Amino acid sequence: MNLEIKGLVQRFGTTTVLDRLELRTGDVRSLVLVGPSGGGKSTLLRILAGLDVPVAGSVVFDGVALPRDEPSLRAYRRTVGTVFQAYNLFPHLTAMDNLLLPLMQVHGLSEPEARARVREPLERFGLANHAHKRPAELSGGQKQRIAILRALVVQPRRLFLDEPTSALDPEMTAEVLEMIGELKDLGTQFVLVTHEMAFARRVADLMAFVGEGRVLAHGPPGEIIDRCDAPRVRSFFARVLP
Amino acid sequence: MPRWLAHTIVVVLFAALIALAFSRVNYAWNWAGVWEYRQKLLQGFGVTVGISVAALVASTLIGMLAAVLLESKNPLLEAVGRVYVEVIRGTPLLVQLLIGFYVVASAVGLENRYVVGVLVLALFSGAYMAEIFRGGLAAIPQTQRDSARAIGLTPWQSFRLVILPQAVRLVLPAVAGQFVSLIKDSSLLSVIAVSEFTLAAQEVNSFTYSTLESYLPLAAGYLLLTLPLSAMSRLLERRYRYEA
Repeated sequence: MNLEIKGLVQRFGTTTVLDRLELRTGDVRSLVLVGPSGGGKSTLLRILAGLDVPVAGSVVFDGVALPRDEPSLRAYRRTVGTVFQAYNLFPHLTAMDNLLLPLMQVHGLSEPEARARVREPLERFGLANHAHKRPAELSGGQKQRIAILRALVVQPRRLFLDEPTSALDPEMTAEVLEMIGELKDLGTQFVLVTHEMAFARRVADLMAFVGEGRVLAHGPPGEIIDRCDAPRVRSFFARVLP
Repeated sequence: MPRWLAHTIVVVLFAALIALAFSRVNYAWNWAGVWEYRQKLLQGFGVTVGISVAALVASTLIGMLAAVLLESKNPLLEAVGRVYVEVIRGTPLLVQLLIGFYVVASAVGLENRYVVGVLVLALFSGAYMAEIFRGGLAAIPQTQRDSARAIGLTPWQSFRLVILPQAVRLVLPAVAGQFVSLIKDSSLLSVIAVSEFTLAAQEVNSFTYSTLESYLPLAAGYLLLTLPLSAMSRLLERRYRYEA
């Protein structure tokens, strides 16, 4: 994907969350957004995922500008996948029905087609034995992996992952990160917001440091984490890295 | 101790206490007098069932409509919903029945007291239903709406497939409780001379001068209707407790 963001502004009430944010990624498969809480990472991701409309500025993915009206945005959202921090799954439906819902209701597959579509991914990620369970019967890690799968089985152009492991304990975090790592190896394109720096370093083609509503630095992860001169970036990594 | 045993013990103790109270007042029972009017009581019971079912259906529809008004972004519509709910919940059903029948219904030429009674009862109960429904919808977290949008559902699909099924599970116990109240509240329709169960008991009492014999069957009759509803409410509550 090739992402070009110009002059992006987002405000909630009188608070400016994104302040003329600029970013050009060049051609990358994975973009990882890092930075302090409240710096604007998640706000940026929601705009990229077509969930919120910015006050000003433009976002261009692979030469196509993101629309601003709801019907076009809905059509756009159907071509991408988004996973939030928690509570992605619909609690009244089984894991299987959660996976089938977008395939059948949004993408027009018949039930046999939809079931055939999810069978192989469920097996591959070791979730086939949990498909009949309701979300309340799944562990946090299983829930997130089903949520990622639900975003994936509609064959999206790219995934948006908003702190997918922030609500999980270390063991479950590991199983979800492992899945995302596998997706990267399979060629899935994604934009990921995370606080897992070791993981970010491993999967990021490009890392962007978002703080104070702007991209304060971007480049290969090693450069951003180890050798960035910007004081705000250096002080952040000095505090979060062991 | 198993639950059924505990319940039985409490019921027996309670009955013993009531029996003791009756024995202390040396009440002269006259069941034979009331037995002659059993047909009247049964008819009244039937009318109460009919009124309750009709008002139940109507109040559910009114409650849904009012909940939509309460959630409306249009301030005028929201005000209509809010004023309706607050006025109805803040005034006695007795007053609403009297004004509804002798003023409003007369003004519009509606003379059937059964229709008026059901309408007033449905409007009364609908105000409580509206708050139950509104609360149920509001209790669905924003992340569910976000997730529904993220997978590309339209607003109507999101409501139908994601929000409504969860909200219905949340409100069912409270709705069943409201139905219990509605059945008992229907007894007030006697003030506009709808010959339902309570009015039947009042009439039997005035014919026989046997107050307790007239009203005890009344209590039993209402319990016959409300206890199954309460049991169903608890059952539903257990069945739908899927999310911590």
